[in-house]
Amino acid sequence: MGNGTHTRQRAINKVREGLVRRYAAERRFRRYGMLAVFSGLVFLVIMFTSIISNGHSAFRQHYVRLTVEYDESRIDMDDPAASDFEGVVKEATREMFPWMSSRRDKQRLYGLISGDATYTVRDRVTDNLSLIGKREELWVLLDDDADMFFKGYITPVERRLMLSKVELVLDGDQATLTGDETAFAKIVEAVRGNLRLQLAVAEAELENASRLLVGAEARKEGRDEVVRARSKLESLQTQVADLKTRILSANLNEEIGEGMSSHLINVNDIYFRINAVTATSISGVVFVKSTQRLSGVSGQWQLITLETPVADRRLSDKEISVLLSLQDQGRIEGRFNSVFFNAGDSREPEQSGILGALKGSMYMLIVTLLLSFPIGVAAAVYLEEFAPQNRWTDFIEVNINNLAAVPSIVFGLLGLAVFINFFGLPRSAPLVGGLVLTLMTLPTIIISGRAALKSIPPSIREAALGVGASKVQTVFYHVLPLALPGMLTGTIIGMAQALGESAPLLMIGMVAFIVDVPQSFTDPATALPVQIYLWADSPERAFVERTSAAIMVLLGFLITMNALAVVLRKRFERRW
Amino acid sequence: MKLKTSLMAVAFSVSIFGTGQVAARDYISIVGSSTVYPFATVVAEKFGKSTRYNTPKIESTGSGGGMKLFCAGIGAQYPDITNASRRMKKSEQEKCAGNGVHDIVEVKVGYDGIAIANAKKGPAFDLSLKDVFLALAKQIPGPDGKLMDNPHRYWKDVNPSLPDVGIEVLGPPPTSGTRDAFAELAMEGGAKKFADLKALRKAQGEGEVKSLMEKLGIPMGAYNEKGKKIFQAVAHAIREDGAYIEAGENDNLIVQKLDANPDALGVFGFSFLDQNADKVQGSKIDGVDITFESVADGSYPVSRPLYFYVKKAHIGTIPGIEGYLQEFASAKAWGEEGYLADKGMIPMPAGERRAFGADVQGLKSMSKL
Repeated sequence: MGNGTHTRQRAINKVREGLVRRYAAERRFRRYGMLAVFSGLVFLVIMFTSIISNGHSAFRQHYVRLTVEYDESRIDMDDPAASDFEGVVKEATREMFPWMSSRRDKQRLYGLISGDATYTVRDRVTDNLSLIGKREELWVLLDDDADMFFKGYITPVERRLMLSKVELVLDGDQATLTGDETAFAKIVEAVRGNLRLQLAVAEAELENASRLLVGAEARKEGRDEVVRARSKLESLQTQVADLKTRILSANLNEEIGEGMSSHLINVNDIYFRINAVTATSISGVVFVKSTQRLSGVSGQWQLITLETPVADRRLSDKEISVLLSLQDQGRIEGRFNSVFFNAGDSREPEQSGILGALKGSMYMLIVTLLLSFPIGVAAAVYLEEFAPQNRWTDFIEVNINNLAAVPSIVFGLLGLAVFINFFGLPRSAPLVGGLVLTLMTLPTIIISGRAALKSIPPSIREAALGVGASKVQTVFYHVLPLALPGMLTGTIIGMAQALGESAPLLMIGMVAFIVDVPQSFTDPATALPVQIYLWADSPERAFVERTSAAIMVLLGFLITMNALAVVLRKRFERRW
Repeated sequence: MKLKTSLMAVAFSVSIFGTGQVAARDYISIVGSSTVYPFATVVAEKFGKSTRYNTPKIESTGSGGGMKLFCAGIGAQYPDITNASRRMKKSEQEKCAGNGVHDIVEVKVGYDGIAIANAKKGPAFDLSLKDVFLALAKQIPGPDGKLMDNPHRYWKDVNPSLPDVGIEVLGPPPTSGTRDAFAELAMEGGAKKFADLKALRKAQGEGEVKSLMEKLGIPMGAYNEKGKKIFQAVAHAIREDGAYIEAGENDNLIVQKLDANPDALGVFGFSFLDQNADKVQGSKIDGVDITFESVADGSYPVSRPLYFYVKKAHIGTIPGIEGYLQEFASAKAWGEEGYLADKGMIPMPAGERRAFGADVQGLKSMSKL
């Protein structure tokens, strides 16, 4: 008896010991699972934040307000569309900055306005012939570089309002600002900071040079090398000493070169760049002149720091001064970027849009849906409900499953060989794209369709057959309606897959630059993923944000389609 | 039931939209080089917006792929124009002729410079073509004059005046026109600096070629009666030990990778350097900086001409081709201050521009190559 209790005790202890380990293992497993879900979510969040942070700025676009004069001399009354609208836009731009008269200046000035302005003016006049001979204020697109500047991509800009008293003296294109020491403390400090940076570099070089000299002497290298090393060392020593005195000097007198951050001064509506700084005065070249206010004393001025040096950015100080002055005049406005949703592709980022790609994708998906859904459902119903079970049907089933795993580029090659080369359908047409994508999505739809049919319990079929329905009646009146939600879900997921596909489109000429928005199934078109690829490959900086914005639109579509699949399933699904 | 009727309605609308427009084509179809693509697209867009014609469709298929499509035949299903970052080859012209494409107008549009660049925060490079060859060739002449596998790991191994960083160059894959031009201009240019290789390039006749091959230690299996072919095989072979990394055709990607890795150099077109001047700096080649001017006047050694080819038989059948040619050959497009120059294409000198402009006006067919 006692013995028996003992063994039972032992068994329980063993179980208890094991239990601790088992529970620990289970907890561990649960934690691994949570970790897996968590890391998946982290990647998702990283992806979304990077896309959204890159792309959100593309939904805004800056416009500039021009005072346009529809001069009769420039407009061709017989054929208004062929008039010199470029001249009209240039005239309006020049009018705002009349002193910019050199060829290069004018070129740069015109470059700040988008080429689209010409077409805006043209459309305005051809729609409204009564405007000829009149003036009006017209908002037109800014060029992509200017837009990038206002979005902060060209250089970080810091504007400081200064409230000390300064006196401005203008001498032709030269401006000099004088004031007491406190007035320019900020600029002087910036200049000293830059000198300190140069000093640090020179000191590091000096250290290096002295080490080289010691090494050369120790190795008893040729006289020439030692002499050369020594002279280099000496020149560096003088440089360092010079920099030190310049930093400490009370009568600072420095130049601000192109390799440093630029400082612009805005005083009395005048913009000039600081070229030289002393403790009590700064001077530079005037970029933007004022029509009324000139030299004189002012108690309020602005110091604008452009951090990126001129050599490293796409807009010069002069162009930025012009843009800032336009902003001061209230002529710049950021608006919702409607062009992005209403235009086809363009090589000018500010004129480019996704409508062409969106419509191309839409036409393609319509073709795909119309072909793959009926064919897929019919195939699934036949294979599942009517086909005899034999070697042939097994063979077909294996092949359909294999087809689902074929890389999509292969379907593109097939499309090229069959639809374009054999049937002579046009290249780049959504019709062909849709046909190719049909081939790609068919297996998905057939497989999901068969799964949906399989999930209908046999009792439904038996009941229908029991009340005297034929096989066809059973399938069409009882089984298919119940299986349809599942089939639709599979179809929508197949469609979403097709929407994101670009590889097969490469072969059939849909990876192309197409400006005109397609109007039919045979017009040349691209698709959304292709548009993303093309923009990602463009050199212009402004396409970076547009690429991300297009990705956001594509993701939006995919999420909507998947949500639709979920809703359909939830609404029509029957649980057994 | 509802589903059925709506399906039928959509099917009906498809049959209306989708038929009958296959036969003719009312837009220009252009294929070809990815280097010319950014310039051709700008012209196409201006042309489409300022005339009553449709905007031409442009596919970026690469120079070789474009020629293949272009030469496939005459008719609306074949492209009208192909862009190329090199001249049409004799074999391609023959293939064209074989498919009935006889009259072709050749138009040179400008130049493109190939930059060898690195990140701004990295050291500035001053390379010679010889340095480039010594750093990137698969085999280089060794101390005994025979070819050996490239032993260089650091730039200072190649040339003591170069920075002490590992050789790591991101460049285009062999399918790219940029790679062809890089091999032809930079690698061949560097290889020519070696007397034996230079002699091999000029060598004619079995005796001379074979003795040079012997001298360079090239196995006799590679024998070709034209010494130039062997020379090209040696010069174009880029090392495969990881020092040269094929970074794909996307030049933007190369720029991004350079920005992340200050020690690496990248090989890409001038327009990308121009657009990303804040991130990357072009290296000097043979002492010449890559600038707009140095490429235009030919002093920068790694630059190449850009072309496009027009099927004469399609002019008149496909609407707008003549207009597109006029737009491309206008001063406001390919001129010194034209909009193509803004996009980074380097214009031809005035004389050349006049000559090709006249060819465009007269639609002069190119002669046999």
